Amino acid sequence: MGAPGGVRDHVVNLRLRGLSVLVARRLAAAPVVLLAVTFLVFALGAASPFDPVRQYAGDAAFTASARNLEQIRAGLGADRPFVAQWWSWLGDALTGDLGASRSLRMPVGQVIGERLGWTVLLVSVAFVLTLVGGMALGILAARRRGGVLDRCVTGAMYTLEAAPVFWLALGAVWLFALRLDLLPAGGLTDTSASVVTADQVGAHLVLPAAVLAVSQLPWFVLYIRQSLIAALAEEHVLGARARGLRERTVLLRHALRSALLPFLTLLGSRVPELITGALLVETVFSWPGVASATVQAALALDFPLLTALTVLATAAVLIGNLAADVLYGLADPRVALDG
Amino acid sequence: MADPILAPVGPARRRLVSAAGAARLRWWASVSVAAVIVLAVVFVPLFAELDQRIVHLDDRLLGPSPAHPLGTDELGRDTLLRCVYGMRVSLLVGVVAAVVSTVIGTVVGATAGALGGWTDRVLARLVDVLASVPHLLLGIILVALFRPGPGAVIVSVGLTHWLSTARIVRAEVMSLRTRPFVDAAIAGGASRRRVTMRHFVPNVAPQAALAAVLAVPHAIWHESALSFLGLGMPPHLASLGTMIEDGRQALLTGHWWPAFAPGLFIVVPTLAIAGLAGAWRERIDPRGPGELRL
Repeated sequence: MGAPGGVRDHVVNLRLRGLSVLVARRLAAAPVVLLAVTFLVFALGAASPFDPVRQYAGDAAFTASARNLEQIRAGLGADRPFVAQWWSWLGDALTGDLGASRSLRMPVGQVIGERLGWTVLLVSVAFVLTLVGGMALGILAARRRGGVLDRCVTGAMYTLEAAPVFWLALGAVWLFALRLDLLPAGGLTDTSASVVTADQVGAHLVLPAAVLAVSQLPWFVLYIRQSLIAALAEEHVLGARARGLRERTVLLRHALRSALLPFLTLLGSRVPELITGALLVETVFSWPGVASATVQAALALDFPLLTALTVLATAAVLIGNLAADVLYGLADPRVALDG
Repeated sequence: MADPILAPVGPARRRLVSAAGAARLRWWASVSVAAVIVLAVVFVPLFAELDQRIVHLDDRLLGPSPAHPLGTDELGRDTLLRCVYGMRVSLLVGVVAAVVSTVIGTVVGATAGALGGWTDRVLARLVDVLASVPHLLLGIILVALFRPGPGAVIVSVGLTHWLSTARIVRAEVMSLRTRPFVDAAIAGGASRRRVTMRHFVPNVAPQAALAAVLAVPHAIWHESALSFLGLGMPPHLASLGTMIEDGRQALLTGHWWPAFAPGLFIVVPTLAIAGLAGAWRERIDPRGPGELRL
């Protein structure tokens, strides 16, 4: 545009400064949100009829004397107000001691260490699958708005959106594991296998990742379709058409570019949906990740594990939101970064 | 396509039906499906009583047949009849939970919007904190701690789904605050309470009603997910989610219908409700995108 380099650099610097202020502000807010979430979980625990002493004592709680129960209560620290319990949990957590999981019989830190990788693997493979599939279907549908293909794709997406993911998962197990006998129905490896090998994990990963991907597909397809349709009506696309460019060039090089920008920046905000999907998919397929451990912890009322995994999920959501904001700020210069 | 000049000049587009015709078709399909569901849920129990305790072990896991259109489950109970009863439970829990979450959302949103200032900021932070915990996770924690059952499920859905309603209502109230008729009311000496109750709440009511309708499928979904995980409805009040979980064992032995049928009873009503909500949205906001969204 002929703008002097100095001015341009200055503008870029200003934007980067604004962006780092945004990041710093978000990073400062994150611990506060995490603190609030742990506090909320402890407050809920205190308000609920759940009694850690009875859980600890099990059947013996019915025959034990009141004095014994009080001793256990004091030993567990459950006789103190929940704010004090929360505070001491927080102190321990900050030194790396997240307590012991009662249902899995090991330290919470170890549970997370062993399982987090499997969840990250599952979710990232599913995410890439959704991204690719969503773009392809979205472009196909937007190409001829109102056409047969568009109607079919859109209708299928609304139906998928309405279908519970665990139901889809059971359907996939029935079709691919039972009827066609192509893929294993669950787990990380075959039950006979003694070591975890890559091809075993690969085969066991296909169904859960595909189901998770399919369950996320509707949002991606419908969003890309919508923004591509909007982009096709823009003037630069009309300009490209007027220059006599091929339909494919117009669609992929001109319209898709402006349609993808807002979409890519929104990806980070899909983390909650991915976590929700993972909770159900991992449970159906007995995938040994943190999400299935969360469900087990809830069923067993394993409070230390549940609290730690909730913090983990919240942190993932916050990171996703931060990524979305940063990408949005970088991609669209009109967004005010000081907000 | 608002402007035919800007329409793509690609190959001629063939349409099965016109856009208006499709919209009408969608509307009537949604209305009739919703009507059939409501009628079935209300009247079928009057004619065909389902006692969840009665089992017919001779009839267990029969495939679909004229006597049992959707087969029987592992205890010989008719799947279709159980689905109608499950739908009844799911719909009741869903509607009550949707109403609870809409009331919470409207109260919080209207308070934040009407009072502004510190109240607004504190409530906004509260919404931020709750929004950063995935809904289902928070719901699981709530139900697990407060013992599974209809009450806990309703509370769990109600407490996790009001956030978007609160955001919508707050934004709407904020924009109402700048309108001349509100200035006129304040100039006329109306109190804050009166302005809120007489001017803000009635004006956000259509939006809130839409949010409530759209919350019903979410609530049903949420309830069925909790029930599927074994954290929802008790066996004698089997919901559709409980039934899918029950059907899981039968599915692994190759009997697909006990798990398949209840899922169908979630998908079809959800689509009908979305269709109705889409039509309602177009009526209250004709300029907005006319696509039906969930």
